[in-house]
Amino acid sequence: MSTFLGLPVHAPRGVGALRGDESFPAAARTALRDTQLRRNLAHATATIRAKRASVVGELDDWEELRLAGEAIKTSTMASLDELLEQLERAVSARGGTVHWARDANEANNIVTRLVQATGEREVVKVKSMATQEIGLNEALEAAGIAAYETDLAELIVQLGHDKPSHILVPAIHRNRSEIREIFLREMAGVDPELTDDPRRLAMAARTYLRRKFLSAKVGISGANFAVAETGTLVVLESEGNGRMCLTLPETLITVMGIEKLVPTWTDLEVFLQLLPRSSTGERMNPYTSAWTGAYDADGPRDFHLVLLDNGRTAVLADEVGRQVLNCIKCSACLNVCPVYERTGGHAYGSVYPGPIGAVLSPQLTGIEDNASLPYASTLCGACFDVCPVRIDIPSILVQLRAQHVEEQKATHRRPTAEAVAMAAASWTMSTPRRFAAAEKASRGLRLLGGSKGRISTLPPPLSGWSSSRDAPVPPKETFREWWARTRGGGS
Amino acid sequence: MRIALFVTCLADGLFPEVGKATVTLLERLGHEVVFPGKQTCCGQMHINTGYQRDALPLVRHHAEVFAPYDVNVAPSGSCVGSVRHQHATVARRYGDERLAGQAEAVAAKTFELSELLVDVLGVEDVGAYFPHRVTYHPTCHSLRMLHVDDKPLRLLHNVRGLDLVELADADQCCGFGGTFAVKNADTSTAMLADKMRNVLDTRAEVATAGDSSCLMHIGGGLSRLRTGTRTLHLAEILVSTEGSVA
Repeated sequence: MSTFLGLPVHAPRGVGALRGDESFPAAARTALRDTQLRRNLAHATATIRAKRASVVGELDDWEELRLAGEAIKTSTMASLDELLEQLERAVSARGGTVHWARDANEANNIVTRLVQATGEREVVKVKSMATQEIGLNEALEAAGIAAYETDLAELIVQLGHDKPSHILVPAIHRNRSEIREIFLREMAGVDPELTDDPRRLAMAARTYLRRKFLSAKVGISGANFAVAETGTLVVLESEGNGRMCLTLPETLITVMGIEKLVPTWTDLEVFLQLLPRSSTGERMNPYTSAWTGAYDADGPRDFHLVLLDNGRTAVLADEVGRQVLNCIKCSACLNVCPVYERTGGHAYGSVYPGPIGAVLSPQLTGIEDNASLPYASTLCGACFDVCPVRIDIPSILVQLRAQHVEEQKATHRRPTAEAVAMAAASWTMSTPRRFAAAEKASRGLRLLGGSKGRISTLPPPLSGWSSSRDAPVPPKETFREWWARTRGGGS
Repeated sequence: MRIALFVTCLADGLFPEVGKATVTLLERLGHEVVFPGKQTCCGQMHINTGYQRDALPLVRHHAEVFAPYDVNVAPSGSCVGSVRHQHATVARRYGDERLAGQAEAVAAKTFELSELLVDVLGVEDVGAYFPHRVTYHPTCHSLRMLHVDDKPLRLLHNVRGLDLVELADADQCCGFGGTFAVKNADTSTAMLADKMRNVLDTRAEVATAGDSSCLMHIGGGLSRLRTGTRTLHLAEILVSTEGSVA
């Protein structure tokens, strides 16, 4: 007898940060006009790109490391159910408590109840994508609990009442003079003489955060990895602020996507090389914290691990798309993406921007809620080349576009204008006779070019092209006509 | 060698000079070129826009037309990329394993022009003459799907009279991306602006590449602004000789 467990569901609407208010082209149009943003992004992405290229170039076995990373993650996903239960047993055996959250709402409720049980009204947070994804800060605020971000860039975003625009450097869209203004305006007790010297800015944040670290009784984190065999959680960071949150509070709550598993400690070896070189462009990150369960003698006395699905099981069910769960959130693909470099992260709507966001967000939410994202790419392939676990992002984008078109066909009574045009083009181009006839007909466009030798105005939807680019005038004679005239017909 | 030309629908209908240059060049090197007259389009635009079902007959047609020949060549990195990396996938999506096998067999003997010249024919000096300042844009699919590496540059280095200038940020996409240029026209234009700036900074008279589609994009921008820099396909430069410079 089998038990029907129901179909895997997508991340729910109305909670979290996986959906934008506008389509990508509309949001990008606004972002592209922001000259300060363009300058900040061009500078920052070029700097990180160069750093990454330099440290990756040092390793003779980089391609082997990528293959190993891909292989470990692929096999982990193939037995995720068993490994998650192994993790739960290991964490429980060492004094931790494991909670299973089907979606953002369940996860937010679990964390809120756990904080309420401590009687505290303030928590300090380690930088975490999972808690951004589910909108945990907003859920805690609604319950009267203040959550303080302690990662410097997340702090800048939080104080600026802003949204993160990059996975690794969420304030990449801000420069130091903007950060100075945010600190002066929003940071309680800040030195009014603060300058935009990076050191002075860091010291201001340090003073502000130190008070939070010393008073907070509850810490909340995400995780870069969880080792199933030992129940160990791992966080990699640069500042040491995460280490403060992981060690000082009495209660530690970790929210982790179910895809973050690795089977054994040995597997970590591969990722501890791949991640820092791909993300910050460093040989090794300054702080790697690993903890297992809870102890009375040292560190948090109470440890809770919240395992988050929020659409991941649905992604796992897709043969092509499931590769995105191998992602270790390094953001190398953002830094090399020519689209991201110009629009920034906010245009993607979701907390996961850039190429990985364009394949992850629509799969977590269901494609209809993020339908424009799979098209937010030229398929140039730069993302695939740098991905430390070899996620074939261009191929997934192409598959998601196909899924989108097929869903539209299934749900719309009338085909879209684009679908009609594509079907007509397919019909025309599937026989040489029709194709040659269409080529002849297109010669009518010569009228648009006239004697100028170029076409500068085209009707919609091609007006998107001619707004900034001339189009070529169709020639008097096509290649096949030339061949027939000079060589006497096709073979 | 007997070589079948897959001219691509874009070169056939809009840039016939590219097809003619490819034929003339290969014939000058002593090869026989045939043009399978039933060919149409590889279906890349359909596949990349999400219309794989509509691409299926085009994939089938392409496989049938090019199956009989030993070696196929196209003056386009992205069309060869589609044949090599997408056709079998489309066939399998609709459960046609037999077509997938045919598509893979055709893909294995289909080459982009610089691949054919350097890898298959073993030629790096095609005897061309082109006395102009030129910069080369390595198109994304040539570079990252086909991995043609520096083959086009090796061919250009051997062109007499040619002053080759390096393009800054050469490996960055020009912003074309097929229907991306229309669906995301603003972002596409922003990318094009940077590509044009880098091209103009070289003070080259001609920007060249192995793909008519990317050149149509870059050239469309250069033409709109009356920059005085034009685009030419790699084949058009390689076919040029004393007395017949493109």
